[in-house]
Amino acid sequence: MLEFIARRSLQAIPVLFGVSVAVFLLVNMMPGSAIDVLLPPEATQELVDQVKRIYGLDRPIWQRYFSWLLLLLSGDLGTSVFSAKAIGPDLFDALKNTLQLAVLSAAVGFSSGTLLGFFAATSSSRAVDKVLSIFAIIGVSIPHYWLGIVLVVVFSVLLNWLPAQGMGEPGLPLSWEQIQHLILPVMTLSLIPMGIIARLVRATVLEVLSRDLVPSLDARGLHRPTVLRHVAKNAAPAILALMGLQFGYLLGGSILIETVFNWPGVGNLLNLAIFRRDIPVIQATILTLALFFVLINLAVDILQAVIDARMRRT
Amino acid sequence: MLRTAYSLASIVLACWITASGASAQQTLRIAMTTADVPTTTGAPNQGLEGFRFAGFPTFEPLVRWDLRVTETVPPVVPWLARSFESDPADRKRWVFTLREGVKFHDGSELTADAVVWNFERFFNESAPHYEKNAAALARVWLSVVDKWEKLDKYRVAVFTKEPTSYFPEVMTAFLVASPAGYEAAGQDWQKFSAAPSGTGPFRITRVTRTSIEMSKNPDYWNKERAAKLDRIVLLPMPEATTRLAALRSGQVDWIEVPPPDAISGLKSAGFDVVTSKFPHIWPYWLKTTGDSPFKDARVRQAFNYAIDRDAVLALLNGAGEPAFGFWKKGDPRFGNPKNDYKYDPAKAKALLMEAGYKPGELVKVKAIISTSGSGQMLPLPMNEVVQQGAKAAGFDIEFVVVEWAQLIQNTRINPNSPQMQGVVAVNSSLTTADMNWFFRSFYPPNWSDWQNPEAKGLMEAYRTEFDLEKRTAMLKRIHELLVDDAPWAWIVHDTNPRAFNKKVKGYTPAQSWFNDLTTVYIQ
Repeated sequence: MLEFIARRSLQAIPVLFGVSVAVFLLVNMMPGSAIDVLLPPEATQELVDQVKRIYGLDRPIWQRYFSWLLLLLSGDLGTSVFSAKAIGPDLFDALKNTLQLAVLSAAVGFSSGTLLGFFAATSSSRAVDKVLSIFAIIGVSIPHYWLGIVLVVVFSVLLNWLPAQGMGEPGLPLSWEQIQHLILPVMTLSLIPMGIIARLVRATVLEVLSRDLVPSLDARGLHRPTVLRHVAKNAAPAILALMGLQFGYLLGGSILIETVFNWPGVGNLLNLAIFRRDIPVIQATILTLALFFVLINLAVDILQAVIDARMRRT
Repeated sequence: MLRTAYSLASIVLACWITASGASAQQTLRIAMTTADVPTTTGAPNQGLEGFRFAGFPTFEPLVRWDLRVTETVPPVVPWLARSFESDPADRKRWVFTLREGVKFHDGSELTADAVVWNFERFFNESAPHYEKNAAALARVWLSVVDKWEKLDKYRVAVFTKEPTSYFPEVMTAFLVASPAGYEAAGQDWQKFSAAPSGTGPFRITRVTRTSIEMSKNPDYWNKERAAKLDRIVLLPMPEATTRLAALRSGQVDWIEVPPPDAISGLKSAGFDVVTSKFPHIWPYWLKTTGDSPFKDARVRQAFNYAIDRDAVLALLNGAGEPAFGFWKKGDPRFGNPKNDYKYDPAKAKALLMEAGYKPGELVKVKAIISTSGSGQMLPLPMNEVVQQGAKAAGFDIEFVVVEWAQLIQNTRINPNSPQMQGVVAVNSSLTTADMNWFFRSFYPPNWSDWQNPEAKGLMEAYRTEFDLEKRTAMLKRIHELLVDDAPWAWIVHDTNPRAFNKKVKGYTPAQSWFNDLTTVYIQ
């Protein structure tokens, strides 16, 4: 098992290096620079070029890449061209904010999706299966930013039960005031993972139920809950893999939800940095998100290997 | 016994009243359109909205627009300087005499040394307190500044590169930060930005990633302009529907730029929606040379007659007014141009025929527009309305749609470069209160490549004319040429709507991009 973990961990290094090169090349191919956005529109091109030289943005691309890489390897995520602030603290805060949404949305979405899909697959009533499947389809089909706006209109504007935007005081959501701010964005964001997980769980469980495994467990005289537990264990690896991917997407920050709810997360930060051409921020954010993706997938691989020993041989 | 009880009751009642009054703090929560909090070092980014909220309320210039004047464009008046004058012997030299006894928020005094320190901050790269980002912005705002000199404890001389009659307007962007505050922040601009020190009626007390809080400055030097509010909270909220929901749910008291289609709903729900004679223009810049159809003045005039301004304003639900020139009718600089542009397809077509176009022949126009942007209002639907109206009047407009940053970049490059993809018109809005911008737009070289010898001569004379009446007369004539020769299509002016809940009182709508928040209070 340890050898498996070590092997998987080492494989992450070339992945991250490849991501750093790809990210750097792609963002530097974008037309314009942060200076174009930083300076007011009435600035002349000559002035823009002058300021670019001051910021070192006229150096060759390979020089800029290695300067950035060296900085990164020393643990420094760099400085925003637009705000002149160190990127690390702002990125860390944005990640924490997105993590709050992601973890709660994943918890709500995955648990409700799993229950929906499992009941849909194991119910003896076709009507129940159909109704639950419809909920799942609604989850993947409704534009979630539209739903967010509707929820705000109903619960904030009309009923005045919940705040319309923002996250309240920063930090862990320990007060009711902070929790109130989370309710609507979590409800909105959990819908898509709920729908996707429900559909996969239903399909996977149906597939497992169709194998010889279930009749042979029945023949041994096992009770239904025990049989279903075995079914769940067999269905788990595929579902876990998808949950890992979905959690990674949630962690990337939904820019639409963060915009509707004015949530200061990673999606917001990245979107702003793209519009501002703030390349150091874009690079640092994407690389950090890639690192999280790699770590989440590593965790999923380990979990799968724990559940299914056959996975350890891969 | 009764007298004692009465006295006791009076004391209790007095304490209760005092406590109630003391606890009723006046807090105004404002939702801005900015995507991020503006920088708080006295050189605000996020455009003019950054100045409006994170600039003037806390940092002040030597001279400032008088924002309590609402009937006309606000004049520039002495502010931290009690007087300013141009040296008749050397028109590049301006002397500013500071008010004595003005204190920064940290208690230190404003002197000529502080003013010189701020110039060094923006322009002297070897100064230990040089602030790179602020310097980049200052190079644009204060581009005409050449050098400065301390004359004595309260007087500073500032020199421009060329005689610049409108230099006081330029100096409204020079905000003064406290050198002592910078020292107290360990000579670190990031730390200073968390606890800034200026001279304004409000002091910034807290800055987070999502808000700026400021409190009333009880020691403000200008007692007549002291703040009524105790506290202001600024919240960046770039999405218009989010701002609207925040106002309607009571999370904020004031929002900038409500969505136009929500204005009537807000009014019927009891909110106040105020507009102003905002110095803004939403035009098309027309390329007047090369293979552009707009190289003929008759085609440019025809295009102005092909704009259905009423249809554009109907889309905006009253959050705009028609534009007939760079400035507005009624402005002393408007003059008496021969052309009074209204939507007149017949006139537009007649002009096109004079210019050699056949009946029914459409003029092909490739225009670059943005998806959003500061001052751009609702660029996509507005441009579609312009396109529809222009089609009926002889113009076939094709759009190249780019994001705002790309559009700004394109306005800086040669219009004949391949990067422009044959574009002959740019839809880029701007303030009409900034003479730097005026010169950049119309004095050669300019994007339109407009080279009117009379206008050019007048603009050169304007720079060196220090008599206000003569300057106004020059601007009038330049404006007449701008309207009649039409290097731009004059479409609409924004009226910069904002919405408040009923508790917000005292707002004074100056004809400016900025507001005086000291008149505002909560009822």
